[in-house]
Amino acid sequence: MPTRIGRYTLLLNSCPSVVGFAALGSKKEAQGPLARCFDLINDDCTFGETTWEKAESRMQQQVVNKALEKSKLSSADIDYIFAGDLLNQCTGSAYGLRDLGIPFLGVYGACSTMAESLLMASIFVDAGCASRTAAVTSSHFCSAEKQFRYPLEYGGQRPPSAQWTVTGAGCAIVGQSDAPPYIRAVTAGRIEDYGIKDANNMGAAMAPAAASTIKQFLEDTGTNPDDYDLILTGDLGQIGSDLLYDLLGRENIDISGHHADCGLLIYDREKQDVHAGGSGCGCAGSVLCSYILSRVRDGEIKNMLFIATGALLSPTSVQQGQSIPGIAHLVHISHTK
Amino acid sequence: MSLTPNEYEQLNKKYSPSSPTWKNCLMAFLVGGLICTLGQVIVNISRSLGLPADEASTAASISLIFLASLLTGLNIFDNIAKVGGAGTLVPITGFSNSITAPALEFKSEGFILGLGAKMFVIAGPVLVYGITASIVYGLILYLFSIV
Repeated sequence: MPTRIGRYTLLLNSCPSVVGFAALGSKKEAQGPLARCFDLINDDCTFGETTWEKAESRMQQQVVNKALEKSKLSSADIDYIFAGDLLNQCTGSAYGLRDLGIPFLGVYGACSTMAESLLMASIFVDAGCASRTAAVTSSHFCSAEKQFRYPLEYGGQRPPSAQWTVTGAGCAIVGQSDAPPYIRAVTAGRIEDYGIKDANNMGAAMAPAAASTIKQFLEDTGTNPDDYDLILTGDLGQIGSDLLYDLLGRENIDISGHHADCGLLIYDREKQDVHAGGSGCGCAGSVLCSYILSRVRDGEIKNMLFIATGALLSPTSVQQGQSIPGIAHLVHISHTK
Repeated sequence: MSLTPNEYEQLNKKYSPSSPTWKNCLMAFLVGGLICTLGQVIVNISRSLGLPADEASTAASISLIFLASLLTGLNIFDNIAKVGGAGTLVPITGFSNSITAPALEFKSEGFILGLGAKMFVIAGPVLVYGITASIVYGLILYLFSIV
């Protein structure tokens, strides 16, 4: 059963394990530094479908099936699945997972969805509500552009602060096992809004939320950044990461020696023309469920914090001139129980 | 973290690089200039084939609209526009692209509610306010002519 410590952190006393994980990417991700870490790469970003929305659903279906296959499980072995994406009404998840026959709980945390779904999946297992659960998320560059920005072929210029939505998906299956990675604790974040209105600068909108959640976790657990090999944020990009160091520095917390950001790991910013870095649910999802979890499993990373960040905006809220609320959820992942 | 939105905005400005305005202006000048030169070439060819001046200009507009639309469909236009910026946006090529791109994108929602309804999602405001401005201008001109 989870125990609440401090204000908002839940210690998962049974230390549920990530018993299987898989990640999927497309052409641009295959040209990036993490290409070899992905389980599935499809150079065709339609994934054999006729629309971008159907392609994203196909990605979710494929990544769950791959994670099940890798962990030698079938869909009947999973008690609950927590999934979300960026599309209106989370259709990427609902349509992609409808044939699995697993009780489905849709979650929306924008680009923080990987941490949010993993947090819930882990609590369900730790509390004994389920033997095994799955956490899934995805994003697709084309469906995100269509919904949030301009049509794909529209000839516009992106400012240097813009980020590139990752075409990727990640799935983690949580259960009880004696093999790492283990989920030790989780902290749900508060919504932070410091008045950023520029939808082309999501990193700046999300950085305060990341800072708030990291600070909260360190306070709740009485630990400091040096206790962790890696403090991994979701998709703050370069600007958001710089702002995060500054905000935490004001609280006398220095994470710069331990910090990495999925949005900066997945692409080569200079060669791939992605401006401030990668973004999207699939950014944190695919990086965590490939490069990162395999390194925790192998003991190369002993103790880490995963903080996926989300910008809770909609095209309508931006057009109405509202500022962008940010959110960040934290999952403490470890090689040892 | 006790920052006000204004203080955070200052911090954001410190870390956010600004757009390379001079480079963008230069590229817009070069690419926009090239497009206009191409238009002039089409006018000259049309005139040498015997078209009157006003019809030769129309031929240039039609040709540039067609070319921009074709390049949009071939996934080339956005790559030129990424470099050219306002140089591709301001000439009639930008207008053509802004109609073709949503038409392609929203075709998946059907010819009526998708392509038909969303085709002017970017160009629509330009038409509305362009036509409104021309009416206002016309009225002013008319009032001056009767005074």
